[in-house]
Amino acid sequence: MKPLDCLEIKNLTVTFPLSAGTLWAVNDVSFTLARGETLGIVGESGCGKSMTAMAIMNLLPQAAQLQATGLTFNGQELTALNESEMSDIRGNRMAMIFQEPMTSLNPAFTVGAQLMEAILRHRKVKKSEARERALYLLEKVGITAAASRLRQYPHELSGGLRQRVMIAMALMCSPDLIIADEPTTALDVTIQAQILHLLTEIQREFEMTVIMITHDLGVVANVTDRVAVMYAGRIVETGLVSQLFESPQHPYTQKLLDCIPVPGKTKRGSYLGSIPGRVPSLIGDLSGCSFANRCSFCTDECLNNDPPWHQIGSQRGYLCWRNPEQISPYKGQGVSL
Amino acid sequence: MVMYALKRIFLALLVALTVSILTFTILNMTTDPAVAMAGDTATDFEIESITIAYGFDQPMPYQYVQWLGNALQGDLGTSYYFRTPVTALISGRISITLWLGLVSMAVGILIAVPLGVIAAIRPNSIWDRICLTLAVSAQALPSFWFALMLIVLLSVTFPILPSSGTDTWVHFIMPVFVLATRVMPAIMRLTRTGMLDVLASDYIRTARAKGLKPQNVLFKHALRNAVVPVVSVSSVQLGHLLTGSIVIETIFALHGVGFLAYESTVRNDLPTMQALVLLFSCIFIIATLVADLANAWLDPRIRVVGIDN
Ligand SMILES: Nc1ncnc2c1ncn2[C@@H]1O[C@H](COP(=O)(O)OP(=O)(O)OP(=O)(O)O)[C@@H](O)[C@H]1O
Ligand code: SF4
Ligand SMILES: [Mg+2]
Repeated sequence: MKPLDCLEIKNLTVTFPLSAGTLWAVNDVSFTLARGETLGIVGESGCGKSMTAMAIMNLLPQAAQLQATGLTFNGQELTALNESEMSDIRGNRMAMIFQEPMTSLNPAFTVGAQLMEAILRHRKVKKSEARERALYLLEKVGITAAASRLRQYPHELSGGLRQRVMIAMALMCSPDLIIADEPTTALDVTIQAQILHLLTEIQREFEMTVIMITHDLGVVANVTDRVAVMYAGRIVETGLVSQLFESPQHPYTQKLLDCIPVPGKTKRGSYLGSIPGRVPSLIGDLSGCSFANRCSFCTDECLNNDPPWHQIGSQRGYLCWRNPEQISPYKGQGVSL
Repeated sequence: MVMYALKRIFLALLVALTVSILTFTILNMTTDPAVAMAGDTATDFEIESITIAYGFDQPMPYQYVQWLGNALQGDLGTSYYFRTPVTALISGRISITLWLGLVSMAVGILIAVPLGVIAAIRPNSIWDRICLTLAVSAQALPSFWFALMLIVLLSVTFPILPSSGTDTWVHFIMPVFVLATRVMPAIMRLTRTGMLDVLASDYIRTARAKGLKPQNVLFKHALRNAVVPVVSVSSVQLGHLLTGSIVIETIFALHGVGFLAYESTVRNDLPTMQALVLLFSCIFIIATLVADLANAWLDPRIRVVGIDN
């Protein structure tokens, strides 16, 4: 871990012991985030994006079991901390924006009380100062009439407004790391664009490190520096956004890119947005490539043995049996950024 | 909130009025007040004159309005059996019943809510199982049998506690315990399910993500939401408690209104019965009102629903 790194994750695995066998929600995931960097984690539903985030925040469900050779944040080893030490970091040095804005605020307390709570917990500030900070941030996230919003209850706000409140709440203690878990999935399309724009602006202004979880490659293209593509609990490819869009190496990434409609090229009415086949079960013995059942390049080797990781330079890598030489240049729809 | 409260109070008054009409009609239809008043040895002539003197031959609505008018001025009639004004009769005894009820309720809540929380924190643990077993057994106990067993055990076999009377607070230990046992199971189980639901909710995850201390998450963020259904059920449980107090006061010879209800029913004492049914209904209505208002305070969404309806 370089001194400038904000977060380093080494061999993170999250499992659920179920009666049918072990469910591998996150399988041997590693990545590093430099300070001020924005990483996108992309993948379809159930591939382990949220569980990766929860593992970092130490908010995993009770049944989940975590294993990692390292979870280092700001030079501190998180797995060595107890719950009380961890809660000193949560909401303070790292914060999270959740997938479900409608239900993530407590219905019984005012927006103001819930905003101020985090800073009152972590900083020695007066209530009036906490209020000032809440007002300032509500305005920052584009909420008008902030003073009266402070007195409102969550049920009086729309989904978009609630997500803005959640963003403001995450910013209360100026955290170093923000994890945004599909922050726009539950919102209208027009609101989605606004919230993403807001997050980008805030990231630049406050120079934060951001993990942006999404299942939408389009979001990644506009918002993040780097991407990690997840499939069935594993990272199958990482790289800078430009690299990944120009020369995707993993068959899954290529198919994901093919699903993005391109103005002028995708025919109106043509079938979009899905890769044939289904994600395999995550329960039990998972040897072999998890993408094998949907991959057109699948060989016997793929079925029987775990594919190796190919590292290309410092930023790129992918998990597949095919060597870089074997992979013909991507001639997909030519998504331009 | 004020609007909501006013609305609730108005509704409560309406319910009280309806209840009074119903009890008045039903009781007057099922017993002949003149016969009850005149006693067993009365002649037809005597009964006739009582009927006329007291206006029992007047139409029911007329009698009701008269009764209501008097009741509003604090005159609930005179007891046929005790030959004293019902108001005086009740006011002399109500404090025993109210104390018994409120203390039992408080004891019940103070034991059941923490047990429910403990059970919910570690579902299916040994603690959870112990709590559930206690709740199920308590629910299965008929209170008269439980009360008698306690007397046998704690007053007869091991004479530790007095079995009857109201002289000191020690006399109340057994009755309070029996009544508290009556309300505890429902409250405990509801606290448990409520807490389980709430602890799994997204906003609890948010509270933890803020780094709040576990006790803060549990008691500030979770419990407040989890007790909303508990509050509603507690008011219903108070109703159980009042009916239970009729049995319990009789067994432990506590001369409260529960015992009075028993006596007046046995003696066919119409004005007293009428007043007591109304009294119990009013206590019940007030308890529901208090629960509604408490819930509106706990959960702001309820206030909005109240105004829209
Ligand atoms: N409490 C749980 N018990 C058992 N399995 C779970 C639990 N929570 C999640 N999982 C499993 O873990 C896997 C990863 O879930 P996760 O929530 O990380 O997916 P995700 O990538 O965030 O998907 P989405 O896009 O739908 O949010 C899923 O297969 C899911 O079934
Ligand atoms: S390892 Fe084989 S099956 Fe898996 S993605 Fe690569 S080529 Fe396809
Ligand atoms: Mg998710």
